[in-house]
Amino acid sequence: MENLFVNMASGMRSLLASAGLPDTATDFILMFLKLGAILVYILISALWLVYMERKVSAYMQCRIGPNRVGPLGLLQTTADIGKLISKEIIIPRCADKKLFLLGPILIFMPPLAVFAVAPFGKDMVAIDMNIGVYYFLAVASLSTVIVWMSGWASNNKYSLIGGMRVVAQMVSYEMPLILSIVGVIILTGTLNMSEIIRAQENVWFIFLQPLGFLIYLIAGVAETNRAPFDLVEGESEIICGPFTEYSGMGFAMFFLAEYANVVLVSVMATTLFLGGWHAPFGLTFIPSWIWFLLKVYVMIFLFMWFRWTYPRVRVDQLMEFGWKVLVPLSIANIFVTGIGKYLYQTIRW
Amino acid sequence: MENIYSYIAFVLLSGMILGSALLVVTLKNLVHSVLWLIVAFIGVAGIFLLLNADFVAAVQVLVYAGAVCIMIVFGVMLVQRIDMANSNPVNRRFKIAAPVVGGLFIVIGLLTARAQWVAAGKEVPTQTVQNLAPILLQDFVIPFEVAAILLTVALTGALVLVKEVKSNGDRS
Repeated sequence: MENLFVNMASGMRSLLASAGLPDTATDFILMFLKLGAILVYILISALWLVYMERKVSAYMQCRIGPNRVGPLGLLQTTADIGKLISKEIIIPRCADKKLFLLGPILIFMPPLAVFAVAPFGKDMVAIDMNIGVYYFLAVASLSTVIVWMSGWASNNKYSLIGGMRVVAQMVSYEMPLILSIVGVIILTGTLNMSEIIRAQENVWFIFLQPLGFLIYLIAGVAETNRAPFDLVEGESEIICGPFTEYSGMGFAMFFLAEYANVVLVSVMATTLFLGGWHAPFGLTFIPSWIWFLLKVYVMIFLFMWFRWTYPRVRVDQLMEFGWKVLVPLSIANIFVTGIGKYLYQTIRW
Repeated sequence: MENIYSYIAFVLLSGMILGSALLVVTLKNLVHSVLWLIVAFIGVAGIFLLLNADFVAAVQVLVYAGAVCIMIVFGVMLVQRIDMANSNPVNRRFKIAAPVVGGLFIVIGLLTARAQWVAAGKEVPTQTVQNLAPILLQDFVIPFEVAAILLTVALTGALVLVKEVKSNGDRS
């Protein structure tokens, strides 16, 4: 079980090699298969997370939630997507047609590109990039532009206001997000995700960096535009923000991309703070990739818990909290971590 | 360019950069120009990757392509036109500017082609990120800190200017 996926990859490699393919072609096909597997996982995961969200919200509000389509309502979201695909995509007359249609096409690109460096288990990383964490931050920052572009291209005041809010919120909360990760990087001295996980073999960084984890969690909720920071698509204020004019599958793409981003932020939290695929309490008989996914889904549940517990903040509260609380705290965290590491190295107790 | 694949990649990326850069200059709509600028920046990041400079490529994406959205917002807020369709006009001096720029480009190209390039004697390091911290925080710490202070002063200055306008508006 432990090496299920690793053995599958090596079996595929020997099969291709025995078919007489050159090494570069084998590598290419294997890489393609690995990335394809991640793609399928993310898309299916996004689909089921909508179901999970509805179930979690229902139980928190003493309801039952979806329970008609399939066993326990498990096929509800599949039916929803089927309905959305069959709907007409309405393009507003004054919209910028090309950009309007490009938005939903591109919105999945940044999260999917980042998942290529995510370590899903022991020796289970598609591309073991030397600057993995930095790559995550760089590529994830591109989704701001895509959401803004869709909002602007819709040519609707609510969409434009929503797009502006996306830029303001993302830029403000990207700062504490990046700065909270710096503490972990100081401790490990590397940007490689596999090595960061390897450094957490004895103690997870959530215990060494509790403040960093807290800041990352809050900034992560804000980056994924979820309640209590869902000002971008606050229904009671600006209908649906940048996605107001989208219908059918165009809307569904944005909707599913939100869940892909939630998975992404949870995967990064697991990698950086929760010990990645390391088993707690020496429970190593459970395979590493199951541990990793378990931690990721605990994080996702936490995000859903936040959403159905806290009310939405105001715009000025959002900005003040980001710049006056989170940024100074994360800088203080870096300072304390640096001094702590220096003391640890000089005393060596 | 050691093999044919990287040569093909270089040609494709160069075409992408030049094509999108041309569109940035010629398109009438400011928003379209800025979005093509992002494509050009990502192309430059691709060239960096081709040269095995992965850290610089990531910086290129984060700092340039990612931060461009702030530029668009300022563009939309500051452009004094109701319609964005004609916000990036091409003026009539185009006919004078084109030959001058073209001539300059040809001169630079000729000089570059004739120059005697000295290849670096040392082996290129495979990991470049680790060397950054000692360089920035030990060898060149004073210029680094001076630059940081300069940026902080500029930021504070901008804040002070904005506050001034606001309080004046309140008084009147």
